[in-house]
Formats: sequence, C-alpha cells, structure tokens
Amino acid sequence: MSIASIITIVISAILTDNIVLSKTLGICPLLGTSKKTDSAVGMGLAVTFVITVSSVVCYGLFKLLDFWNITYLQTIVFILVIASLVQLLDIVLKRFSPTLYNSLGIYLALITTNCTVLGSANMVIDYGYNLLETFVFGFFTGIGFTMVLILMSGIREKLNRTHIPKPFAGFPIALIIAGILAMAFGGFTGFAF
Amino acid sequence: MDMKKFKETALGGVLNNPVFVLVLGMCPTIGMSTNVTNALGLGLATAFVLVFSNVFISLLRRVIPDKVRLPSYIIIIATFVTLVKMFLEKFLPSLNVAIGRFIPLIVVNCIILGRAEAFASKNSVGYAALDGLSMGLGFTCSLVILGGVRMLLIMAGFEVFKTAAGGFITLGLLMALFNYLLGIYRNSRKAKLLLNGGDAL
Repeated sequence: MSIASIITIVISAILTDNIVLSKTLGICPLLGTSKKTDSAVGMGLAVTFVITVSSVVCYGLFKLLDFWNITYLQTIVFILVIASLVQLLDIVLKRFSPTLYNSLGIYLALITTNCTVLGSANMVIDYGYNLLETFVFGFFTGIGFTMVLILMSGIREKLNRTHIPKPFAGFPIALIIAGILAMAFGGFTGFAF
Repeated sequence: MDMKKFKETALGGVLNNPVFVLVLGMCPTIGMSTNVTNALGLGLATAFVLVFSNVFISLLRRVIPDKVRLPSYIIIIATFVTLVKMFLEKFLPSLNVAIGRFIPLIVVNCIILGRAEAFASKNSVGYAALDGLSMGLGFTCSLVILGGVRMLLIMAGFEVFKTAAGGFITLGLLMALFNYLLGIYRNSRKAKLLLNGGDAL
C-alpha cells in the first residue's frame, strides 16, 4: 500500500482503463442519458455515489461470505446490496433534496440495473484491493463514467443541429461517436494499431 | 392457442431484436463479441437465464405483490445466473476464463428484467417460455453476427477491432444496416397492403 498504487488506480480508473470506453460497461445509460448535459451530470454524480458506497459495502460483505465459505452467493448478495442502496438514496433524496430528486427522475431507479455498479463491485474482488483502494477505485470509476457521459452529451447536443442519414439517426450514430471517443481514450494507453 | 399472438411472440426475436431494435444489453454485446465462440457462449448463457426467469416469473405472477416485484424478479434472475456460473466453472473452465467477467453481469442485463416486466409478468407460462426462447436466440444471433464481422475484420489485419472502439463502431454500422433493411421491409409490406385494398393499414 503506497501513494504510487493509489495514483495508478486513479489514473487507470479515469483514463487508461475507463469503465465505459475500455471495459465496455454502462453503455445503456451512456446511450440513454447522454442527450442533454444537465441530465448527464446528474446521472453521473448519482452513479458515482452508488458505485463508491456499494463497492465498499460489497467488499465488506464479501469478506464475511469468504469467512463462512459461501462465496457462491456473491452475485445475489451484491445485487441486493445495490438495489437497497438505490432505494435508500431514493428515500433520502426525496426527503432532503427534492430539487435534485426531481431532476434525476427515473434515472435514479435505473441505477440498480446499471452494470457499472455490479461490475466494479466484482472487479474490486477480482483485483484483490484493500479497503482504501476499493474506496478510491469506486469513486474514480464513477468520475470516469461521469466524464464520458458529459463528453458524449456535449457532442450529441451539437449533433442535433446537423443532418444525419435516416438509418444512422439515434443509436447508431451515438455508438459510432462512442467508438471514436474510445479510440481517443485508447491513445492514453498507447496501444498499437 | 391464438395463432396471431403465437406468431408475433415467436418472431419477437427478429422484429423486436433485443440488440438492433430495442437496444438493450449493449455491454456484453460490445465486450464479448471479439470472436464467435465467446459470442455464442455468452448468448446461450443469457438465453438460458432468459427462458427460465421468464417461466418462473410467469408462474409466480399472481403470487408476487406488485410493490416488491422488481426485487423479486432480480432474485429469481440472480439465482439462474449463479447456476450458469457454477455450470461454467465446473464443465467449461476455458470458456469461463474468457467470458466469466460478464456472467454475473447477466443479472443487470436490461433484456432480462425488461422481458420480465414487459412480457412474463402479464402472460401465461407457454407464451413466456416462447418469448424467452425467441428473444434469447435473437440476442445470441445478433452477438454471433457481430462477433463474426469483428473476427473477419481482425483477421484482415484491422487490429483496432479487437478493442472496445472497434466494437462500438461495428455495432453502430450493423445497427444502421439493420434499420435500413427493416425500413425496406416495412415499406414493401405497406405497398403490398395498399395494393390489396389498403384497409388493413
């Protein structure tokens, strides 16, 4: 455990091993909620919160499952943790911050089926991180997700004003943009074409 | 059995293709389509979970209270995913190494929860099973087509198609092609109906 390993985690979670563009998780919200920058920011921040907390909680629970030797329950336990966390967030936001609650709307409930959340909870276990690394990884994975969502929404807002051939309208053009973005992010890793 | 509904459900995998039309389950589609074997493996695993979760949700649709239906569906789905994971670990360890990362994520694949909510919770067991099979095979076919195209491009020397970027671009292009063909099919059907009197429109 050192500062260097933390910095490596931060940089790889945001840039070189971005959860959306390199690990291909969270593509549904990328396509669904990146039409406007406002909703992209809200969605990104809500997801960041859920990823961070659920990674840490799932890490703790996995240690318990491991202790009792019932790790095959991993998937079921993790998804329950995530679903209840999202429900909790829903209740807390409704009570304390109705404005944010209204602006997030339906996206809040959809975080449960966002595969970035379950994906990063599983990755933390696979990579064998400790508690601090888990927290940092969860938080910066969320930041990486938010950043890609904002980048995409900016491009798509501009795209609204251009003429797109009919078969490409909607999802196909968004996927191709995501592909080009992924190539740009690939530059951070420096892979050879 | 209602013939029209049967046909509609059976053709759901094509006309409402999960990948190309409904645009659900994108993450495993892009992540696991670098070759045909992985695509087929993950597609069939998803189809298995889809058929069995559809059947069980349809059987339990009068028992599960409306308010807790989503958590209940997720637990049913997660159970079948765990079964698939155990099966792969025991019997197909090499495939498990290649696609294992995406197996737990079948739980949060929107196709499965989507079909549970939109179809299985409202229809009888037979139709739910048929819908699961049709959608599951439709998903598998799309994955295999995507995997095949990417494999050919990689073999032709375009290394970029091994990466996520290549997956995004291939899927975008294939989806545009599918939209184009579907447009032609719908127009020809419209023309045919118009020739036959046009009342059916």
